[in-house]
Order: sequence, then structure tokens, then C-alpha cells
Amino acid sequence: MRASAESAPAGPNVADLVLPDFASMTAIAFALLVAGGSFCAGLLGALTGLGGGIVVVPMLTLLFHVDLRYAIGASLVSVIATSSGAAAAYVREGYTNVRVGILLEVATTIGALIGAALAGVTPTSFLAILFGLILLFTAIRSIRPTREHALLTTPDKWSARLRLDSTYPTAAGRQPYSVQNVPAGFGLMFVAGVLSALLGIGSGIVKVLAMDQMMRLPFKVSTTTSNFMIGVTAAASAGVYLHRGYIDPTVAFPVMLGVLAGALLGARILSVANTKLLRQVFTGVVIVMAIEMLYKGFTGGL
Amino acid sequence: MTNPPTRFSDHAVEQVVGRLLQLGVLIAAVVVLAGGALLLAQHGSSPAAFSTFHGEPDALRSIGGIVTGVVSLHSEAIVQLGLLLLIATPVARVAFTLVAFILQRDRTYVLITTLVLALLLYGLVFGKA
Repeated sequence: MRASAESAPAGPNVADLVLPDFASMTAIAFALLVAGGSFCAGLLGALTGLGGGIVVVPMLTLLFHVDLRYAIGASLVSVIATSSGAAAAYVREGYTNVRVGILLEVATTIGALIGAALAGVTPTSFLAILFGLILLFTAIRSIRPTREHALLTTPDKWSARLRLDSTYPTAAGRQPYSVQNVPAGFGLMFVAGVLSALLGIGSGIVKVLAMDQMMRLPFKVSTTTSNFMIGVTAAASAGVYLHRGYIDPTVAFPVMLGVLAGALLGARILSVANTKLLRQVFTGVVIVMAIEMLYKGFTGGL
Repeated sequence: MTNPPTRFSDHAVEQVVGRLLQLGVLIAAVVVLAGGALLLAQHGSSPAAFSTFHGEPDALRSIGGIVTGVVSLHSEAIVQLGLLLLIATPVARVAFTLVAFILQRDRTYVLITTLVLALLLYGLVFGKA
């Protein structure tokens, strides 16, 4: 990446204009800065509900000039940490639909293993463009307010056969809901698994889309079940990447600890934080990163 | 697990799964923190060069190699062990869910969960995709 940056014409890289050259740092300075950046990513991710995983890879590659493969490996590990940590609380509160989660994990793990296989042969410029598009999509979803749709109780063939219908806690007691469009949701989950492995993200946004919009689960059930599945999906490809040498201890440890600490703090201060302002800030960061990733993808600078 | 007279209820499964995930992340974080601190104490002043991909050495990318490194208190191997424990946490969760479905005699979900577990172990143990 350094070599290509030197040979390519000097482009408007925002990070290079405002920050010193991170390529000549000592391991301790690198670890502290990466841990700090990851902490912010985890904190903002938890407070906005968008997850910190989506900004870890752009941060590592654009800001710290880490190779994309090391960045994806470290990001996946942090995704497992935050999703498992948060899932622990949600599962116990009874929002998560464990059956829906397990069933769709078949699709996401197959997708993740295929994604991990594809990652080895996919050009990095293509990955950068794909990443930029996912970041843009995340920003758009974040600007548009999510609306709670009406719950359906119409029976569905697949849902009945697999006993997916359930109840979830509301202010008025446990409310029943039925699950729709199981095959379509399953298909979109496969795509979520491929994206998770290729880009080192949780792809919670695609998972929520499948469950909330297609399968018509209540929003809170969709987000918590998505979170429940993210760890398993990421573990499938992280195992492969560990064997392939993508997971470097010096890169991964500050990322994992930083994101986890940020996410834990975020969950604690969620009730007192000004999430509307934070959401705007985070969306702004995501848009800048999206433009940068798309630029790098089209100019081959990554 | 706490109510053997009745069947293994969904609620009981949820409680144990929640605890299992919490414990896994906690143990992994402590091991990674210890390994990371040792790593910086030993190699903190060496340059951080990650802009080109070299791939990790064999000792840091196979389960056997990592365990051997941990025994000789190799800091990078300790971090990798923590990360390995972290990756194993969701796998353990799926394994536990499988046991729960077996106890519930839920044949369909025993099959589905076995498939997920097999896919995860395939990636983790063989490292092929």
C-alpha cells in the first residue's frame, strides 16, 4: 500500500493532510493510537446503534495505513467481542428470537465461508468500492428514521413448520408476532454473511433489513437477533482468517480492547447521551469514509 | 439447567446462553490484555510496520502453534490465544444451544444447529473456505 501511494499521483487524502505519517511509528505509539481510535468507534457505534465495526477497517487502512487484510482480521475479532457482549444482555431480557437466529445462521455461516474464500481472490480495489457503497448505505439508513411497522399474525407456511412465531416483551405485556417471507430472508442473510467475511464487518444493517423489512419481525427483535447472529457469522470467517495469517496480534489487540471498552461504556451512558447529535456526527464520519474508500477504490490507492 | 423437573425451557436456555457469552468475552479480554501488555513491554519500541502484508508465521496461525507459544510465554501467542478464545465463544454458544435442543427433543433444530456447528468447526479447525 505504501509503495502504491508513492507511485500514484498525490490525491486529496484527507487523513494525510491533517495527520503525521503513521508508517514510521513504534509499536507502543501505534497500539495506543489505534486503541484510542477503536475506543471512539466502539463508543459511537454503541450510542448510535450502528455498530463500531463499520468504521474500524476504514480507520485502520485510511488513517494508519494498515494493509486491508490485517485490518479485516482485526475488525472481525472486535465485531465478535462487541456482539457477544451485547447479545448476553439482550438474550436474557427475552427479545432475541433464538430459533430465527439459529435458522438464519445456516445462511450467514455458509455465506461467511464463501466470502472468506472469495476474499483471497478479490482485488482490493473492488473491496474498497464495495466498502464505500456499504458505508453510504449505512449513512442513508441512519439519516432516515426507522418506523415501527404493524405486526402481522397471518400464518406463514415456513414459519409454522419451523415454529418461528414467538412473543416479545412490550409495555403492555408479551406481544405475539408471526414471521413472514422466510426463504427471502434466508437468501438476504446469505448475502450478509458474504459481506461480513469480505469486509470484516458485522453487516448488522443487512441483517436487520432482512428481519425487519422482509420477515416482518418487531424492530427490537430484529436488532437483538441480528446482534445475536453477528458473533457466529464473524467467527466462521475469523477462524479461516486466523489460519490464513490475516490476524496480527499487534494490530488486533488494541482494536479488540478499544472497541470493546468503548462499546461497554456506550451501553452504560446510552440513557444520558445526546444520541441525536452523536448520530449526526457519526453519519458525517461515515460519509467522509465512504467517499475516501470509493476514491481509493477507483484510483487503486488501497 | 436449574429446572430439571420440567423440560429444558427456552427461558432457562436464554439465561445460560447470556452468561456463557459474557464469561467467554471476559476471559478472552483478560488474556488479550495480559498478552498485549507483555507484547508492548517486550517489543514496544520496535517499528509498527503493517502497511504491507506478510502473513503471520505458522506458530501464530495454527491452534497447535499458538498453544506451544503460550507454554513458553511468548507474548504474541498469548494474544492469539485470547483471540482464539474469543472466536470460540460464539462456537461454544452454538454447541450449548445444540445440547438444549437435544434435551428438548426438538429434532428439526438439533439438525439445523448441528449444521451451523459443523460449518463453524470446519472454518476454525481446518481453516479452509
